[in-house]
Amino acid sequence: MIPASFDYHRPSDLEGVLALLKEHGDDARVIAGGHSLIPMMKLRMAEVPQLIDLQAIESLKGYSVNGSHVKIGAMVTQHELINSDELAAVAPILRETSLQIADPQVRYMGTVGGNVANGDPGNDMPGLMQCLDATLHLIGPNGTREVAAREYYEAAYVTAREEDEVLTAISFEAPKGGYAYEKQKRKIGDYATAAAAVTIQKDGGKVASASIAMTNLSDTPVWSEAAGNALVGTTCDAGAIKVAVAAMLDDIDPTEDNRGPVAFKKHVAGIILTRAITRAWERA
Amino acid sequence: MKDFTDEQKERAANLKGLGSSRKRVEDARFTQGKGNYVDDIKLPGMLHGDFVRSPYAHARIKSIDTSKAMALEGVVAVLTAADLAPLNLHWMPTLAGDKQMVLADGKVLFQGQEVAFVVAKDRFIAADAVELVEVDYEELPVIVNPFEALQSDVVLREDIADKKEGAHGPRKHHNHIFTWEVGEEAATNDVIENAEVVATETVYYHRTHPCPLETCGSVASMDKVNGKLTVWGTFQAPHVVRTVASLLSGIEEHNIRVISPDIGGGFGNKVGVYPGYVCSIVASIVTGVPVKWIEDRMENLMSTAFARDYWMTGKIAATKEGKITGLHCHVTADHGAFDACADPTKFPAGFMNICTGSYDIPTAYLAVDGVYTNKAPGGVAYRCSFRVTEAVYFIERMIEVLAIELNMDAAELRRINFIKKEQFPYQSALGWEYDSGDYHTAWDKALKAVDYEGLRKEQAERVEAFKRGETRSLMGVGLTFFTEIVGAGPVKNCDILGMGMFDSCEIRIHPTGSAIARLGTISQGQGHATTFAQILASEIGLPADSITIEEGDTDTAPYGLGTYGSRSTPVAGAATALAGRKIRAKAQMIAAYLLEVHDDDVEWDIDRFVVKGAPERFKTMKEIAYAAYNQAIPGVEPGLEAVSYYDPPNMTYPFGAYICVMDIDVDTGVQTIRKFYALDDCGTRINPMIIEGQIHGGLTEALAVALGQEIAYDDMGNVKTGTFMDFFLPTAWEVPNYITDHTVTPSPHHPIGAKGVGESPHVGGVPCFSNAVNDAFRAFGLRHTHMPHDHWRIWQTANKLGLHD
Repeated sequence: MIPASFDYHRPSDLEGVLALLKEHGDDARVIAGGHSLIPMMKLRMAEVPQLIDLQAIESLKGYSVNGSHVKIGAMVTQHELINSDELAAVAPILRETSLQIADPQVRYMGTVGGNVANGDPGNDMPGLMQCLDATLHLIGPNGTREVAAREYYEAAYVTAREEDEVLTAISFEAPKGGYAYEKQKRKIGDYATAAAAVTIQKDGGKVASASIAMTNLSDTPVWSEAAGNALVGTTCDAGAIKVAVAAMLDDIDPTEDNRGPVAFKKHVAGIILTRAITRAWERA
Repeated sequence: MKDFTDEQKERAANLKGLGSSRKRVEDARFTQGKGNYVDDIKLPGMLHGDFVRSPYAHARIKSIDTSKAMALEGVVAVLTAADLAPLNLHWMPTLAGDKQMVLADGKVLFQGQEVAFVVAKDRFIAADAVELVEVDYEELPVIVNPFEALQSDVVLREDIADKKEGAHGPRKHHNHIFTWEVGEEAATNDVIENAEVVATETVYYHRTHPCPLETCGSVASMDKVNGKLTVWGTFQAPHVVRTVASLLSGIEEHNIRVISPDIGGGFGNKVGVYPGYVCSIVASIVTGVPVKWIEDRMENLMSTAFARDYWMTGKIAATKEGKITGLHCHVTADHGAFDACADPTKFPAGFMNICTGSYDIPTAYLAVDGVYTNKAPGGVAYRCSFRVTEAVYFIERMIEVLAIELNMDAAELRRINFIKKEQFPYQSALGWEYDSGDYHTAWDKALKAVDYEGLRKEQAERVEAFKRGETRSLMGVGLTFFTEIVGAGPVKNCDILGMGMFDSCEIRIHPTGSAIARLGTISQGQGHATTFAQILASEIGLPADSITIEEGDTDTAPYGLGTYGSRSTPVAGAATALAGRKIRAKAQMIAAYLLEVHDDDVEWDIDRFVVKGAPERFKTMKEIAYAAYNQAIPGVEPGLEAVSYYDPPNMTYPFGAYICVMDIDVDTGVQTIRKFYALDDCGTRINPMIIEGQIHGGLTEALAVALGQEIAYDDMGNVKTGTFMDFFLPTAWEVPNYITDHTVTPSPHHPIGAKGVGESPHVGGVPCFSNAVNDAFRAFGLRHTHMPHDHWRIWQTANKLGLHD
C-alpha cells in the first residue's frame, strides 16, 4: 500500500490544469476527493507520475439555483450537498442519495465531480445524474462542451471525457413530483449490491412521466427508458411496477462478485426498484 | 461489604479496588493519539523492510533475480532463502511442532507467502525495490479444499512427504498432519446406534481473520558493540519470543531484550512468530543498524494467522424426551500450508474437546484430522480460548438441530440437559473438570429478561402472517448457552514449546505508599493497567490510582506466557493477588512491631492493620510502607517487595446465556438485529465497566464473523477478501444496542474467584447470531445453513426453501 513516487501539482486555475495536462499527456491525472484514485495508486494499479490536485480551483466550487435550474461545481463535496437546505428544497433526491454514500468522513472529501466523472460503476451519483437527465460540463484544450449524463458512460472507467478534459460542473432541471434513491449495501462504506434512482410526476392520479436509473448492476450506470415508460399512464399499481421491473431487468447486466451471484443481484434489483418506485409514487 | 460501617465503605471505595468501575488509565494517551505503538518507534539510521510476496498459491520457484532491486539507489540488501540458509534461518519452528518457511525455499505454498525481504533506506524505496525483484515461477496444481487434499496425489509439503510420523502422531497421507482423538469411540458409537433419536449435521465454521486495528510489525536493533539485540514488536507473548529468538539465533537470552509497546489489538493474531520478525532481526544483525518491518492491511489479511476453517460433523443421540445420551464429533481441520496453530503443545486441536458444552453428556468422542492446503498458515484463537469458539458453535448448532429432530423448544432442550449446580466440579466425558457453574439460574434469568414466551408467540404469529402474504419479514430467536474454558493453564498439561503456562507478578511498594507491579502478560486493549491495579488495591490496601502496572519489557517484567485465551486474569491476575498477599504478610509483621503487639494480635481492615478489639489503634499500609524502608525492625529485612509465579490448578469455566432477536427480509436477505441480550458469568467481577466494554467488543466481532466476515479463496487459491471492501469489519452503524447482564459464580480455585471474560462474548455471540438466522427459517423446514450469513446467502436459503415463489 505504498504508491510509486509522483509529482504533485496544485494549480490555482483551470488554465493551469489544462497546461499541465497538455505538458504531461498520459502521465498526468487530475484528482478531486481521491477516494478512487488514491487507493488505486497505493495498490500500484494506477501509475500517475504527475498528479494534479483540483482542491485550489475556486471556479469548481459552489453551486447555483435559478428557479428549477441547478448547477453544481465539480468540487462540491457530498457533505456540502447534504448540508445545503437550498439544494434539498429544490432537489431533495440529492440529499437522499448523498446520505447513502459511505460515511461522513468520506463525504467530507468526496466530490460530486469525482463521483460522476470517474466512470466507476459502483458510484451512486452517475445513476442519479442519468435519472435527472443532467448535463456534464467539460473543458479541454479546444474549449468547453456539454455531454448528457445518459451519453457519458461507455464502460467501467471509460467515459466520453477525453484524457485532456476536465469535468467542471453538472447541471439539471430539478424534477417535480416524487423521488427516491433506494440502495442495498453490505455495510456502511460499501458500494451498492443494487440501487435505484426514481423520479415520478403525477397528473390526475396517474403517472405523467417517470425516470429510472440503476447503480452497480452493469459496467455502467443504467438509465432504463423502458422501465420509466412502463409506468406512464398507470396508477403505479403492483401490476405496473412489475412491468417496469421486468423492463429494467432486461436493461441491466450484473456480474457475480463477493456481494453475490447474478440471480441474487437481479432479484434484489427488482425489489429495490419496487421499493424506490413505491416511495417515489407516495411522494408524487 | 455488607457488614462494613459507612466509614469502612468509604475507605474501600477510595481504593477503587475489586468491583469498581474505575475509568481506564490507558485511555488518556490512547484517546489523545499519544500511544506508543511499534510503528511509532523511530531509531537513528533505521532501515525499512518490505516483502516480495507470491502471487501464486502453489508454484515452484525457478529463479530469483535481485540485481535490479539491488541497483536501485537506497537499497541495502535483498534477502532470499539462500541468504538465510547458512544461518539455518530459512525455516523456523512453528508453535504446533511443524516448521515453516521464513522465505520461500524452492516453492511457494500460499498466495502472499514471503519470497524475498528487501531492506532499504526508506519505506518508499523498499516498496519500489519489491517491484524490481524478478521471480520466475512455475505454477503447480492448487488445492484449497481439505477433503480434496486428502485424496490428491499432489504433494504440498515435499520437505516432509515421506514422513509417516508428525509432531502429533501418525500421518495417513502426504497432505495429512495429525489425527487427534479424545473420548470413547466404541462406547459412543454404541450409544448412537441404540439411541431413540439421533441428529446428524455437518457444520462448517468458515475461515476468518482476527484483523486487529494495528497490523503486525517489528523493529530489531542489534548493537554490535555490546552484543545486545533489542526487538520491539507486536507480540502477545514477549517472553516466549525472547526464548525462541535465543534458541534460533544462538544469542544468549540475557543479551536479547524483547519489548511489546502499546499494542493495537491482538485477538490471537499476534501470538505466533512471523517471517517479518525473523527477517527484521536477521537484517539488523547483518547490517548492524535497526531495521523496521510493518505489514500493511492486505498483507495482514492474506498472510498472518487466520482463524477457524473447521469442518465439523456431529451425531448427537438422545431419548425421545430429549435427554442427550451421546455425542460424536469429527473435524476436518484446514491448517493451510504449515501447521502454525497457536495451541498448547499437547493440544493440536486446542480445547476442541470442550465440545460437550454446558450439557451433561455421559458419553462422547472427538476426532480431529489436520490437513495441509494451499492457504495461509495459522489457526489461532480469534478472541477465544484455543478452538473453543469452534467447539461452542458446534454444540450450539447441534442442540438446535436436535431440537428440530425432537420437535422440541430449543430453550427447554437446553434446560433439561444442563449440568446441574450440584454436579460441580463436573467431570466431562472428554476430560475436563468444570470448576463451577449455575446454568439453570442464568438461563431462567435470561429467558425472563427477554420475555422468551412472548417472543415465540410473536414469531409464530409472524410466520402465519407471512404465509397469508401480509409480510415478507421473518423473525428469528437465536439462543446460546456457552461454557468457555480459559486460563491456560496448569503446567502439568499446558506448555508452549516446552514452556509451562504459568504466569507471574512482581510488586515493589515505594516508601511513600505507592507501588509498581510488573507482570508476564501484555495488554492489547484489555485494560490491564487499570484492572490489575484494582486487584492489588483490594489485596494491599493502597489506592489503585497509586499503583503503576507495567508489562511487555522482558528486561524488567517477570517471565510469563503472555496474553491470549482469556488467561491474563485467571493466571497473572491470580499471581497478582498472591504476590499482594505476600506483601500483606510482611506488612502484618511490621504493623505488629509498630503497634507493639504480637503478629497474631492485628487484623486486616481494608487499608490497614488494626489491633484486634481496639480498632482505634492501627497502622495504614502507607505508614507501614514508610516504616519498611526507614525503620530498623528486628528480624525483618528492609523493603517491601514480593514476587509470585502462579501455576493454576485448573482452568476456569466462564459461562453465559445469550439471546438474539433478528428480523430477516426474505426478499433481500438483509438481517436486522432488534435485540441482543447477553448474560455473562465470569465469576468475581473486577471492573464492571471494562467487562461491559469487553462484552460489546466481543459481540461486535461475533456479529462480524456470523454475518459476513471471511477469508475466502477462489479455486486458484487467490484471496477474494483481502481488503476492507470485502472483508467485513462492522462499524457502529451495523451494530445493535447490546443489553448486558450478569450472574456471579466465583471460581473455587482462583484466589479472587475471577474467571476471565474477554473472549466469552465472541464465543457465545457467534452461535447466537447464527442460531437466530437459522431459527427464522425453522418453520419452513431449514435444519442448518452455513455461516457467514451475509445477504446473498440468507437470500439463497430463502430461495431454496421456495419462499420467493
